[in-house]
Amino acid sequence: MSADAVMDAAPAVAAGSDASLLELRGLSKRFEQPLDVAARLANLLGARQRPSVVHAVSDVDLAVRRGEVVGVVGESGCGKSTLGRMIAGVMPPSAGELRYQGRRVADMAPRERKAYALGVQMIFQNPMASLNPRMRVLDIVGEAPVVHGLVPAARKAEHVARLLEQVGLDPDYAQRYPHQFSGGQRQRIGIARALALRPQLIVCDEAVAALDVSIQAQVLNLFLALRRELDLTYLFVSHNLGVVGHVSDRVVIMYLGRIVEEAPTDVVFRGPQHPYTRALLAELPTLDARRRDYRPIQGELPSPLAPPPGCAFHPRCPHAMPRCQVEAPLLRQRGPGHRSACHLDDTP
Amino acid sequence: MSSSAASPSSPVLAVEGLCTHFFTHGGVVKAVDGVDLSVDAGEVLGLVGESGSGKSITGFSIIGLVDEPGRIVAGQIRYLGEPLVGASAQRLRQLRGREIAMIFQDPMMTLNPVLRVDTQMIEAIQAHERVSRAAARARAREVLAQVGIPAPDERLSAYPHQLSGGMRQRVAIAIALLNRPRLIIADEPTTALDVTIQAQILYEVQKLCRDTGTAMIWISHDLAVVSALATRIAVMYAGRVVESGPAADVIRHPAHPYTRGLIDSIPSRETHGQLLRQIPGMTPSLLHLPPGCAFHPRCGRADARCREAPGVTSAGPADAAPADVRRLRCWHPLEEVA
Repeated sequence: MSADAVMDAAPAVAAGSDASLLELRGLSKRFEQPLDVAARLANLLGARQRPSVVHAVSDVDLAVRRGEVVGVVGESGCGKSTLGRMIAGVMPPSAGELRYQGRRVADMAPRERKAYALGVQMIFQNPMASLNPRMRVLDIVGEAPVVHGLVPAARKAEHVARLLEQVGLDPDYAQRYPHQFSGGQRQRIGIARALALRPQLIVCDEAVAALDVSIQAQVLNLFLALRRELDLTYLFVSHNLGVVGHVSDRVVIMYLGRIVEEAPTDVVFRGPQHPYTRALLAELPTLDARRRDYRPIQGELPSPLAPPPGCAFHPRCPHAMPRCQVEAPLLRQRGPGHRSACHLDDTP
Repeated sequence: MSSSAASPSSPVLAVEGLCTHFFTHGGVVKAVDGVDLSVDAGEVLGLVGESGSGKSITGFSIIGLVDEPGRIVAGQIRYLGEPLVGASAQRLRQLRGREIAMIFQDPMMTLNPVLRVDTQMIEAIQAHERVSRAAARARAREVLAQVGIPAPDERLSAYPHQLSGGMRQRVAIAIALLNRPRLIIADEPTTALDVTIQAQILYEVQKLCRDTGTAMIWISHDLAVVSALATRIAVMYAGRVVESGPAADVIRHPAHPYTRGLIDSIPSRETHGQLLRQIPGMTPSLLHLPPGCAFHPRCGRADARCREAPGVTSAGPADAAPADVRRLRCWHPLEEVA
């Protein structure tokens, strides 16, 4: 296949360039657990209980260029799904700004806002949970474009048939319900639903994680084919570095709500800077015919309710220095399109 | 420990021609249909397959946990030479948890949410042995430390919901190890865990099999995890083992088109920018299996002959140890396994 065409997708551009389809500046999301009645009463009596706050995403800067596939990787609880949801507009950010096609989403007029809402679509991990079990495929896929006036109601069936064909399903399936399909087929329906609104950017949140390997390969191929055909931009959220390495042009690694490293895929896999990225890559099980000895990094992801001070990774980091315990490293440029947040990079 | 009546060369577990069928309203589901396996002491057998291939039901059959409407309809399972199919419920109870242990994908299935970790662990020891509570607790503590749980004393008095997913799975593994079983059946134990936690658990498991000579069947859909861990691999498709052999051999020179297809389907850095060589179609319904080789409708090499079921062919040097033999069910293998 035209491997080169995909590989040659231009080198990374610095954040803030005009070519960005989507731009995030200091995007954050906090979840607050409000105080219960007992705690509020106690506060009236002078106790100083604070609501517990989870910083799911903190201060994320990111630019996604048109036609690019950006992979977002991290362990559970790192904020990657929350980031994806904020970008798709499912969840409002607590702070920071989101720019779509150079315009701040918060300042958009209703008309522009609609273009953004339709232009960014999402595909979810569990296709059974994200498809209404009581709707026929025809309505699941066709409802939104009709409601938004992209397609007249009379031509809905035709539109849906074309979309089903595009994602590799028999157009005759339009009259069926989701439970009549296998997992891979359901995911294809989810993709058809996203495509129905002619989006620019698709946020794939663990879109292939629930599928068997052979089906996963089919769906990944479909993603790449659609990208070429429709000139799509993907934000590919996944915990699987293998999948991300396969589809992405650029990879963003997150840890406890922050970006710790960002670089073109090649650079991440050949010369990772951040100790966390290195650990993730070392522990990625690969089809290596040799039996190998696992030398895992210690410990677990700390609770986002009480993140460690300084660099959040320091309790697990093999290279932690005293400085890491007090000072959070900044995400700095290390090379063309390569950013990383680690104090080690400052020491010569 | 049971008396080791079997000679050292005989496998810990030998499964021959196992058929587990489910008699449902829709028809007979042949979830496991003629599976042969054997596992030696200290060996990790990777049982690989996609959902519906029968890998988990094979595991459940060995430990005697197949529920109605499922039944083992044919074949034999021998644990150290002792037949388990048709063994009394009492004998199976004695073996389960003591000689043969199982680790499930979801640790919350193993752990009782309303009992503290120590209560559950002490119970598991006292079910099989007459020991004092204090001695049992001491052993529980020791095993928790062995699977890499920091501060085991505190964890003993915790409830399962107070532990993270990785910790819970470690506790589940510790419970499986409590009575020093000879055989552990692990059913996708790391699938729900993050990579870094998975690596920690794989590390503990590797060490354990090496140090104690425990035999293990590691059931997984992830060929990559299995390839790094297992000594031998058996690949299942639609209730049958289609290919088995030494792990490195099977990964480097897959002979069955399905194994090849699985390997080609794994995305990685190296496949970036290319389309994956996918297996067309999807896994068939076990109610309506295609005749002959169940893989033939998806197989590029299939011809008229494949409508007949291929027999098992073995290959390997004539003097090869049983563990080094390659076994295959295919009319048109990709390479002459010799």
